Parts: sequence; structure tokens; C-alpha cells
Amino acid sequence: MGANKRAQAAGACLAMRRPWRTGNTGDAIARVIAVGLGLSVLALAGLLIYELIDKSWQSITEFGPGFITSTTWDPVAREFGAAPAIYGTIISSLIALVLAVPVSLGTAIFLSEIAPPWLRNPFSFLVEMLAALPSVVLGLWGIYILVPWVRDPVEKSLGSHLGFIPLFDGPPFGFGMLAAGLILAIMVLPIITAISRDVMLAVPSSQREAMVALGATRWEVISGAVLPYCRSGLVGAVILGLGRALGETMAVTMVIGKGYNITASLFQPASTAASAVASEFNEATYDLYVSALVELALILLAITLLVNMVARLLVWRIARSPGVIRE
Amino acid sequence: MIVSAYQRRRATNALMLGLCAVFAFLAVGVLVLILGFVLAKGIGSLNIDLFTEMPVPEGEPGGGVANSMVGSLIIIGIAAVIGIPVGIGAGIFLSEYAGHRLGDVVRFTADVLTGVPSIVIGIFVYGLVVLRMGNFSALAAGIALAIIMLPIMARSSEEMLRLVPHSQREAALALGISRWRTILSVVIPAAQRGLLTGALLAVARAAGETAPLIFTALGNRFLSLSVTGGPIDALSLRIYRYATGPYSEQHDQAWAASCVLILTVFVISLAARLLLRRR
Repeated sequence: MGANKRAQAAGACLAMRRPWRTGNTGDAIARVIAVGLGLSVLALAGLLIYELIDKSWQSITEFGPGFITSTTWDPVAREFGAAPAIYGTIISSLIALVLAVPVSLGTAIFLSEIAPPWLRNPFSFLVEMLAALPSVVLGLWGIYILVPWVRDPVEKSLGSHLGFIPLFDGPPFGFGMLAAGLILAIMVLPIITAISRDVMLAVPSSQREAMVALGATRWEVISGAVLPYCRSGLVGAVILGLGRALGETMAVTMVIGKGYNITASLFQPASTAASAVASEFNEATYDLYVSALVELALILLAITLLVNMVARLLVWRIARSPGVIRE
Repeated sequence: MIVSAYQRRRATNALMLGLCAVFAFLAVGVLVLILGFVLAKGIGSLNIDLFTEMPVPEGEPGGGVANSMVGSLIIIGIAAVIGIPVGIGAGIFLSEYAGHRLGDVVRFTADVLTGVPSIVIGIFVYGLVVLRMGNFSALAAGIALAIIMLPIMARSSEEMLRLVPHSQREAALALGISRWRTILSVVIPAAQRGLLTGALLAVARAAGETAPLIFTALGNRFLSLSVTGGPIDALSLRIYRYATGPYSEQHDQAWAASCVLILTVFVISLAARLLLRRR
């Protein structure tokens, strides 16, 4: 922000407000096109919400608000309730966050504060490559490697040692909530790591130097200066990871096993909103069925919009706070 | 034994730094393990038939996924043709034209749209295009992927255009060149490399998508070159179908196809990174 930008803005105003007076039709046309393309983003968002409400209207009027709380999902009886899918979505994402957040934050701290450059660059590169791994490929790996591993050593030993806790009760299936949570943890790990590393790198070095000057150890610099300074950005990074986990489809669909019972056990097959839509859409034989699936997608959209708005506002706040170099 | 405060602080320091290092090696280890496994397994099942043959009926040996590769190329081509220009246009709006308030609204909406699950976009395009046209098509799938690319493109092009110094714009304007000419002949060429990087990353993201294709491309066993004429296959869809099916020949092909898909996505992302670094 400076004289530069102000001068540009003033010049732009003269040229843009009354392009017909400057006799330049090219500018007027270019402006209309650019504004139109910019507004297409807003139009798209509006159309997205309208279209989903429109296509799920039949289900909305048929089941009313009870759709969200009803626990029955039975296409044969024409009975649809979203509670099992919403429950599955939230629990699998929570498992993912519980597993991924400590590892991601530790990795981000390591990459931004501890690692020497020769280690930092290849590690960062690998993390970014994993973020680009297609979900369906991770799902394939999940079916043939992760699920058998979850069934045999993990669920069997958890069940025999900690089976008295309802979470680890029941027969080991492999396919189920635990496998879905694990694969989601692997998927959100690179996202949370990359964003929190960027947020930590944005902390001005004067903050660190002040701590060092007080005689702090390396960890005290991190915990006393770096982390508090970028706290809201880190929360934003975790919430962005949550948003990704809530909507992740393919890998989850492939390992969650498709069940519609709400049980405390993590070993049971379950469903998320996204996995239900993905696995049943091509089987939906009548309009109400399709409509109910679209309403499930609408609920998913509402949840992720909310989560993303909160996350963006938090990340924006840190990125715009004083002391951080913008742009 | 009395432990001094200094010793305790030293111990905490060593413990926490060590823990962070362990987490970092754990994370990278898991990633390397997965990548290595998929690549090793996939390369073992790669053969020339995969690229030249059509899928065979279930249970029969042999065959390939040539139709899926062609389908993926068509769908991604359509997505790029729609998504890249519109995305760059929106980026130009954000960096060159938008006022403070409207710019922030569009920017925020684009950021939030980036977080919308791709499956929701798939359902949206199913209602918007597939139901209205009456059939699944490459066009519908391309539109779905273009919608996924649009907000990514818009934000990355905005960032890249903003890196062009104001003095360059002012120099052009001072020569009496009109504003649109300045953008087209000065600003965009200066940001060329960055724009291309953004486009490549958006294409890489779209190439790996599966969920939206279930509702728009549907997929089948046959070669289709038609843009609007009916279902078309894609590599990611084929991997999904084969991976969840019961036949071991299909599983092997799923690994091989995954290997091809990963290498494609990685080569595109790698090209994007190299392009940006070599300034």
C-alpha cells in the first residue's frame, strides 16, 4: 500500500469511470469482460447452492428437518435419514485429526525451525508430492495394504487388550470407521503440514531473536514466541484439514465398508455423507432416492462451507496482521 | 539428586525437538512407503497391452485401459479449455479491476469454493448438465473439472499478476497505451511463467479427480471420442471400478493404471515447480 498504488488507483478511476469520454471502447469492453469473469465466481457459488436445493426439494418436503436426526437409511422401505452418514462423517474426520494434527504440527515445526536446509527441501518436496496423490490411488492402497493390516495386528490386539472400551469392542472387520480415519489422517497430513509450515515461516525473525536474546533454549523460542504468534493461523490450518477430511470421497468410500448403524465401535463398517453419495448414486432407482442423496450432498456442502469460512478468516487474519510481509 | 532448572530446561528442549524430528521422519516415512509401494506394484504389472488394448469382459485375462486413457485426455482437455481462460480472467479481475470490497468478496468466495468437496461439484453438474442434456458425456465431466479448476486458477493467477511491478504498468500507460492493451501486452507476458505454473497445478489436480466423474462421465468399457454423445471412461474411474471388483486380473491392471496416473500427475506438478524456480 503506498503512493504507487494510490496513483494507479487515481489513474484507473479516470480511465475506468468514464471510458466513453476517453473515447476508448476497448477499455470499456475489456472491463466488462473482466468484471463478468470475476463475477462468474460468485454466480457459480449461487448456482451451486440453488441447484442442490432444487434437486433435493422432493426429499426436503417429504422428510422435513427430521431428515437430519432420523437414523434409518433404508432404500427398500423408502425411508431415508441422514444421521448415520453425518455421524460417520464427523467421527471419521475426528479420528483423522486426532492422529494427524500432532504429527503435522511436529513435522511443520521440524521443517520451519529445526531442520538444516539440505533436509528441509527434500522433505518439503515429498510432503507436497503426497498432497498431489490422487485419492483413488490411496484408496487402492487402502483396500489391499491398509485394511488387512488394520484387521490383523491392529484391531485384533486392540480388541483383545482394550476390548472393554466400547470403541474397541466387536469383531475385527478391517473395512470400517478405523480404516477410514487412518486413510483420512494420511490425506490431511500433507495439507496441515504445508499450511502450518508456511504460517510459521511468516513469523518475523525479530520475534525469535528477542527470545534468544533472553537466553531461551530452542524449544522455548518455538513454544514461547513462534507458536503463540501464529496460533490463529495454525488453528486455520487444522480447520482447513478438517474441511478436506469431511468431504474426502474416494479413498474413504473404498475402505469404510458401507454400513448404516450408529455404533460406538470403530471396527464396524460405516458410511460418510460423501461415501454414501458416491457408492449409491448409480444404484438409486427412483426419484426420492436420488433426491435424498442430493440432500445428503447439500448437508455436506453446508458443513464444509461453514468450516472453510471459519478457516479462511483465521488464516487471512494472520496473513494480514502487522509485521508480516504481504504479497 | 537435585536437578537444576537449567538442566530441566535443557532436557525439555532435547525431548521436544527430538519428538518433532521423530514426527517428521514418521510422516515422510509413511509417505515414501505408500509411494514406493504403489510404484513398485504398478511397474511390475505394466505392459504394452495396457496402453493399446480395450478392457475385456470381466474374468477374462488380458486387455488394457486404452479407452480410459483417451477418455481422460478428452475430459481434461475440455476442462482446461473452459477452466483456464475463465480462471485467468477472474484472476485479472481480482488483480487489475476489483475495488476493495467486491474484490474481497470474490476472493473469499473463490477460497471457500476451493474447499467444496469435489463430489458436491459432481452432483451439481449432474443436475445442471447431465439431467438437462439427457445423458452422461465428456462435456459434463469436463465442466465439472473446470469448476474445480476455476477458483484455484483465479487465486493463483491473481497472485502471479500482482507480482508484476506497478512501474511496468505505469510505464505503458504513460506511453498512451490503453489499459486493456497494457494488461494484454505488458502485464500478462510479464506474469506468463507464473500463469502457466498455476494452470499446470490446476490440471494436475483435475487429472486425479474421480468422485465428480461418477455422476458426469459414468464410464464404460468402450472407446468413445464423442464430446456430448454418451458415457466416456476415465483412468481414475477405471481404477475405482477395478479396485472394488473381485477379479485379480483387474486388480493388477488397477495397480498398473495407478502407476500411470501418479506418474502423470507428478510429472505435471514437477514441471510446474521447475518452471517457477527457473526465473
